[in-house]
Amino acid sequence: MSAQIPAVRSTEQLREKWMKPEVISGSEILLRSLLLEGVECVFGYPGGAVLYIYDAMYGFDDFHHLLTRHEQGAIHAADGYARASGKVGVCIATSGPGATNTVTGIATAYMDSVPLVVITGNVATSLIGTDAFQEADITGITMPITKHSYLVRDAEDLPRIIHEAFHIANTGRKGPVLIDIPKDVSAQKVRFEPEHSIDLRGYHPTVVPNRLQLDKLVAAISEAERPVILAGGGVIYSGGHEGLLEFATRSGIPITTTLLGLGAFPSGHDLWMGMPGMHGTYTANQAIQQSDLLISIGARFDDRVTGRLDGFAPHAKIVHIDIDPAEIGKNVKTDIPIVGDVKTVLEMLNPMVGYSSKADAWRAQISRWKQEKPFKYKDSEDVLKPQWVIEMLNDTTHGEAIVTTDVGQHQMWTAQYYKFNQPRSFITSGGLGTMGFGFPAAIGAQMAHPDRLVISINGDGGMQMCAQELAICAINKIPVKIVVINNQVLGMVRQWQELIYDNRYSHIDLAGSPDFVKLAEAYGVKGLRATSKEEAERAWQEALDNDGPVLVEFVVHKGENVYPMVTQGSTIDQMLMGDCE
Amino acid sequence: MTKNHVIAVLVNDQPGVLQRVSGLFGRRGYNIESITVGQSEEPGLSRMVIVTEGDDTTLEQIEKQLYKLIDVIKVVNLSANPMVSRELALIKVKAEPAERPEIMGVVETFRAAVVDIGAGSMMVQVIGDTEKIDAMIELLRPYGIRELSRTGVTAMTRG
Ligand SMILES: Cc1ncc(C[n+]2csc(CCOP(=O)(O)OP(=O)(O)O)c2C)c(N)n1
Repeated sequence: MSAQIPAVRSTEQLREKWMKPEVISGSEILLRSLLLEGVECVFGYPGGAVLYIYDAMYGFDDFHHLLTRHEQGAIHAADGYARASGKVGVCIATSGPGATNTVTGIATAYMDSVPLVVITGNVATSLIGTDAFQEADITGITMPITKHSYLVRDAEDLPRIIHEAFHIANTGRKGPVLIDIPKDVSAQKVRFEPEHSIDLRGYHPTVVPNRLQLDKLVAAISEAERPVILAGGGVIYSGGHEGLLEFATRSGIPITTTLLGLGAFPSGHDLWMGMPGMHGTYTANQAIQQSDLLISIGARFDDRVTGRLDGFAPHAKIVHIDIDPAEIGKNVKTDIPIVGDVKTVLEMLNPMVGYSSKADAWRAQISRWKQEKPFKYKDSEDVLKPQWVIEMLNDTTHGEAIVTTDVGQHQMWTAQYYKFNQPRSFITSGGLGTMGFGFPAAIGAQMAHPDRLVISINGDGGMQMCAQELAICAINKIPVKIVVINNQVLGMVRQWQELIYDNRYSHIDLAGSPDFVKLAEAYGVKGLRATSKEEAERAWQEALDNDGPVLVEFVVHKGENVYPMVTQGSTIDQMLMGDCE
Repeated sequence: MTKNHVIAVLVNDQPGVLQRVSGLFGRRGYNIESITVGQSEEPGLSRMVIVTEGDDTTLEQIEKQLYKLIDVIKVVNLSANPMVSRELALIKVKAEPAERPEIMGVVETFRAAVVDIGAGSMMVQVIGDTEKIDAMIELLRPYGIRELSRTGVTAMTRG
């Protein structure tokens, strides 16, 4: 299978073509600078304030520009591209409403440390501050949700700013950087000087950890009787997954991976305990709570992982490895802080680490828990169960697809029942929990990997938050397989209302949803529906056999809940087991 | 234990940098007692002096969060070491001619200065650490304070 996406030329050729110092407009400088940063694909939406930029793109084919149908689609697609590729995602929006439409996506990327460069237009410098038509103070609005931002006042600064922005976005703790370009700056003609070294005095992420701290960790491992590794998204972002596998196998320490860490460790491995936290495994949560040494690697102790904080891992010595020093001690008191790039830390650590030989009884206990309390659901022959659908997707793709999800029950079932074995194969909004993210993110992921199978799993609620991007799939023949798990309700909200709000189902009924098959077809995307196992298998096979985009709607049982569940205010070993009992 | 901390933050002299710093405090729920900004010894860099209240863990987080801002070059906890801290206040106090000698007495004791005299008022300028300024204000209060403006603390470590 392959997307009908034309190949981009090599950066060498591009450099030769574009590196000439000459007098050009700010807009042309922008495009050339993007090319010099290796950008292949940009997602955007034009408007008055970026018209010079779009004019410069006329006939330009050295990177792809995908015209989404909403700026939210553009920024989530750029985010999905970045998460799938490890490169910086780029999005362009116009001033005012265009820029503010990117806010949710910027916050999503910020919470999950995803490298993005967001380019917004602004009104001309002479109009800034006058409440001019389509003016919004987007640098001000996004200050709390960007890693850094620039309001460009002179086109001469553009090459430097763009170079800095890419550097900041994709180093240290990664994150979104905003470049706001007033209209006159994009028109201004100046001499383009392509080469720029970076000189940021206030920005020096610590990559190499302190050796003495590593010694302390090694000593702690040899003492520990109940050690646990908690690995998060930082492992994937740093490219540290191989180092992690080596660390776990050398030390023999059981490991749990957070939602964003899924794929950082092979799910079939003996040492893997599954995901921890609110909808995590019994094993992972018990192991954390009973551990005497908890080694967090590239994870930030989110409250969805820790549950009630004052009862979290009460017996454990805590080791926290993170590139961002501000994460250490933020939520959980740390005994051995290690600041550094996860990959580098693991490379230095691995030769020092021995097998944790005091932990044999612990490993046996964990195997028993895994046997006794796996994820479970009651299957049915009359109605489709969503968990069964995810298992089928897993079985038919051998766990090898890139899977994006939206937010809700289907997201948790995917995390539970799809078996991820490779980094960057699970793309989901963890920190912000953004509905509307999953489908456009899949478009971005497919642009990053035209030859891989990309599956976008959505609820019937979230699918309606960015459904307009079906157009992009159809027009550009982007072969994403779009799954809609249709339970006719806002499922995750329904679950909370059932369990915590006494069955008071306030405003969760999605009656009035479109016929998803017809909706897909209206955009020129193939649509299929399944209401039984047999239909489901047949429809899914048809989707896989088709080399274009296909939407498959699985009509599933409405009252299904995600189990286990830790309710708010409980410690993570106090789990509602539901069907997993 | 919560107490007052004085921190100096060396920042790039960029538009918006004050907003970045103060926004960080607001968003993360840290308290700002006072904040002053001005030039530093190096062109292109400003120094902010921030007085904040919190326990040691909060202070540690504040320092770390500040370092995350790209425009922040250096953060120093001034109150960790012996330091000199100064604040300036202008106090416009009600002063009928008959009360003036008495007020002058207070001013002289504090080595403050009268910088303006109006028909029914005097403007007093006082420089010193926060406690001195607080004390001066308390002493002038009985006469009737019409207007008061304090700059906030600026500070440096000794030596
Ligand atoms: C933009 C946004 N609005 C609201 C929410 C709150 N929310 C979380 S899950 C959920 C229900 C999602 O329903 P659906 O998309 O049908 O998925 P399901 O849970 O049924 O799988 C809602 C409303 C959110 N996460 N994001």
